[in-house]
This record gives sequence, structure tokens and C-alpha cells, in this order.
Amino acid sequence: MINDTIINLLYILAAILFIVGLKMLGNAQKARQGNLISALGMLIAILAALVSHDVLQWQWIAIGMIAGAIVGAVAARLVAMTAMPEMVALFNGFGGAASLLVGWSEYHRYVTVGDFMEVSVPSLLIIIVTIVIGGATFTGSIMAWGKLSEKLPSKAIQYPGQQLVNALLLIFLLGTTVLFGPLRELMSMNSYWLVIITIVLSCILGISFVIPIGGGDMPVVISLLNSFSGMAACAAGFVITNNVLIVAGALVGSSGIILTNIMCKSMNRNLTNVLFSGFGSGKSKTGAGFQGEANPVSVEDAYFMLEAAGSVLIVPGYGMAVAQAQHAIQELAAQLEENGAEVNFAIHPVAGRMPGHMNVLLAEANVPYEQLKEMDDVNPTIESVDVVIVIGANDVVNPAARTDEDSPIYGMPVIDVDKARTVIVMKRSLNPGFAGIDNPLFFNDNTRMLFGDAKKTTQGLVAEFKD
Amino acid sequence: MEMILVFVLILASFLGFELISKVPSQLHTPLMSGSNAISGITVVGAILSLAGTFVVEGEVVRIVLGTLSVFFATINVVGGYMVTDRMLSMFTVAKKEDQHD
Repeated sequence: MINDTIINLLYILAAILFIVGLKMLGNAQKARQGNLISALGMLIAILAALVSHDVLQWQWIAIGMIAGAIVGAVAARLVAMTAMPEMVALFNGFGGAASLLVGWSEYHRYVTVGDFMEVSVPSLLIIIVTIVIGGATFTGSIMAWGKLSEKLPSKAIQYPGQQLVNALLLIFLLGTTVLFGPLRELMSMNSYWLVIITIVLSCILGISFVIPIGGGDMPVVISLLNSFSGMAACAAGFVITNNVLIVAGALVGSSGIILTNIMCKSMNRNLTNVLFSGFGSGKSKTGAGFQGEANPVSVEDAYFMLEAAGSVLIVPGYGMAVAQAQHAIQELAAQLEENGAEVNFAIHPVAGRMPGHMNVLLAEANVPYEQLKEMDDVNPTIESVDVVIVIGANDVVNPAARTDEDSPIYGMPVIDVDKARTVIVMKRSLNPGFAGIDNPLFFNDNTRMLFGDAKKTTQGLVAEFKD
Repeated sequence: MEMILVFVLILASFLGFELISKVPSQLHTPLMSGSNAISGITVVGAILSLAGTFVVEGEVVRIVLGTLSVFFATINVVGGYMVTDRMLSMFTVAKKEDQHD
């Protein structure tokens, strides 16, 4: 057995690498290096754990790690860039499940090996905390994955008394957490059942917590669940009194809260509102008011408009990801530049299913970094843009956010494309977007609707330019 | 002993708050994914839950729980880091090409 001091020094080293790595992840130039540094920290922590005890169940650890590494690596390699957000949600859920299992296993050890009545109250408390947070993170993340990948209805699902059910679940779980230790003598043999019930109810809590939240808000939910999985790991750290789990878990827990908050701010909403308002569950009250005439346009006409444009602004949204149109749009941008136009991309902070989702996709398609502009940089000068191409974006360009106080997204900062000279909207149909809100932009006089699959239409435009 | 751990928890939490204050929005997804990979640290807990000899009756349950938790946590770790790296590699490639232009 290697000296405890050395093991702890290795854990400290791992913690330092996590901190440095996280810090670098926030900087565009150093992010990739930062991720590798944090991965190195993880490797060191794992190796330290493996050499910290003389006797380990080697074969089982090996089986778990090899199988997990294969599944993780294959999933990470094969997942399409467009499906990245739900992949992160899924990985996050597995982290939560792992924490739950660590807590459960420790509880089982107390029951079977040690003298259960000798276990301290705080130890039991923290085990239950680990189980509750881990379980809720697990099922909550699975729900978020289902909603994002549209395996589950992405709409907010609500039923009468939902808040009450959630509140009761939460009260019950809190009650169990606090009272479990002190009351275990009363329960004696039945305590195991209570733990099983707690596991089941935490899993139900995760589901019922995410179900009433609309798909459009999933990025915020994933970020919050990410923070929870950090807290679960942190709690698991208390269960086994391990520093590196506590430090890394707390880092993720708190930085996740900050990131969640930043995301809420960019949607001009607060967290309570996101979690409890059932956003996107009902139709906009003003929905009937937009029955105007949309102006459809053919690919050829759109080409003439673009050919004459001196400046073009492209606003991508999740629809671009769905249609896998990022490469086609990059080609179109290149053609437009060759034609002498100034081309920029305007990225709304919450475009796509996760902040930065569009940046990742466009970077994948080799769109130069400088062409990617943030919303606040394009809005002041948007009146001077000749043509705006909206590709698969909807809510983030909805002028109702500025003008219609009844709109559910009223107050959310949007890209003011309606103020540009002309707007071409590439869309499959006039259906409202992911959040289910009608968009008056489609019926504006200066808006032209280019219906069809975004990728095919864009390729059509590129072909027109090449002719 | 326990109090020191609480101390560690509080300091680390504050550090986390401070680390993520000014992050450009395009890095939010990689950041979330990268910190998600770090939360896979629970793999250490999973490994340690399989430490020691398992002879007592009923410990089969702990072997199953431990192995499963190692499995899940490893998916989180390996998948998390690889996905993050894949996303960030695209940013880097795009930028390098700019410099050559």
C-alpha cells in the first residue's frame, strides 16, 4: 500500500489540474488545452484511487472501466455534432447514477458488514443526500435527453396539482434525509425498504421536475443538472471522506450554477420562471393575430436578391442543425463573399439547443471565427444590412419579444432581423418553433419565406451562384 | 475531520463561482460538457467502493452496485472528455486556417 500522504498529494495535484483546466476552458485560445489538463487530473485521481488500497476487487473494477470506456468513447466519437446537447445530458445522467450507486453501496456496507447502529447520524444523512441528488440527476438528465432528441414530446407536460405533487415528493425526501439517521432504531429492519423507496422517489422527482419544462428551456435544465451531478459527486465525497471528490464536485456544482444563471440571463428570464412556469405549454394568446399573408419566394428569386446584396447577415438556429445545413451555408457564405458581399453570422446566445451550439457547428464547417458575431454586436447596425438569411432560427429572431407584451418571450433579447432591409427565412413550414410560439416576422412586408429543407435550398442557392 | 471537509467544500464552491464569471457564449457548451466530465470524478468513489475483501454474505450486492457505478462513471468521464475535445478541436481548426489566410 502506498503511503496515504502520497495518495493525498496526488489528489491535491488532480484538484489543481481541475481548477486550472476549468479556468482555461473559459478562454477561447486555451480551452482545448484546458480540457486535456483536466483530463490529466482525472487520470491522476483514478490512478491514485487504484493504488490507494492493497486489496481491490480488480476484476470488477476492470470490467466496469473497460466497458464504460468503450461505451463512452464510441458514443463520443459517433454522435453527430447536432446531437451534442443530448449527449452531454446523457453523460451527465450516468454521472448522477454512479453517485447514487456509490451511496447505496456504502449504505449496504453499513447494513451488512459494520454495526449499523454505530454509524454516525451525519454519515447516514449524507448517504441519503447522495442518493437523492444522484437519483434526481439521473432521471432528470434522461428526461432532458429524451426531450432534446425528441424521443419524448418536447412540449411542457403539465397536469393539475403538479406543483403539489413535486412539493410533496420533495418534502418526503427532505424528511427522510433529515430523520433517517435519528429514527433508524425505530425502523430497525425496515430501514432498507425506506432507502429503496427513497431511491425510487428521487428518480420520480427527477422525472416530474423536468417533465413540465418545455424543450426550448432544456439547455438551462441541462446546465442545472450538470451542477447537480457535481453536488452528487461532492456528497459522495463526504460519504467516503474523500477530498478530491468534494473539491471537484463542489467546483462543478458551483460553476454550473453560475453557467445556468448566465444562460437564464441571456434569455431574459430567471431560474424560477424557467423551472416552474411551464414555458411553451400553451399557445400564445396573440396567436390568432398573425394570420397575415406570408410571401413565399423561389430559390431563383432569392438568388437574385442575394446576388444584388452588398452585405449579408446569416442567422442560424436549431433548424440548421436538424437539416445538417452548416456545410452548405458555409459554401453559400463563401460564394457571397466571392460575389463581393460582406458576410457575417449572427449568433444568438441561446440559438440551438445549447449556448454555443451554433458556434460549434459552424466551426465544424470551417466558417472563420471572425465572421461569427454576437447578438449585441450586430443589432446596432442591423438597419444597414441588405439581406438577412434566417436559417432554421425562429424564437431568437421573433420581433414579438420586443413588441408584444402578451408573448411568452416578451422581453427576451432577440436579433432584430425585422429591421434589416430584406429578410429571407428558410423554413420547412409556417409552424411555430420548438418553444411553440407564433412569429409575426414571417408575415412582414420585407420578409420572404423560402420554404423547404434548409440544406437543399442552400445547395440550390450555391448552385445558382456557380452557374 | 468532518469539519475540515466542510471547509474544503465551502472554499471549493467559492472557487467555482469565481472561475466562471466571464465566459464568451460560444464556449458555454464546451464548458458545460467539460465540467460535466469533471463531475465524473465520482468514478474515484466508485473504485473505492470496491476496495477491500468481499467475503461477507450479501456483499454480492455491493459488487454489483460498485461495478455498475464504475461503469456509469467511466462513461461520464471518457465520453465527457472526448466529446468536449471534439467540440473544441473544431474551434481550433477553424482558427488555424484563418491564420494561414
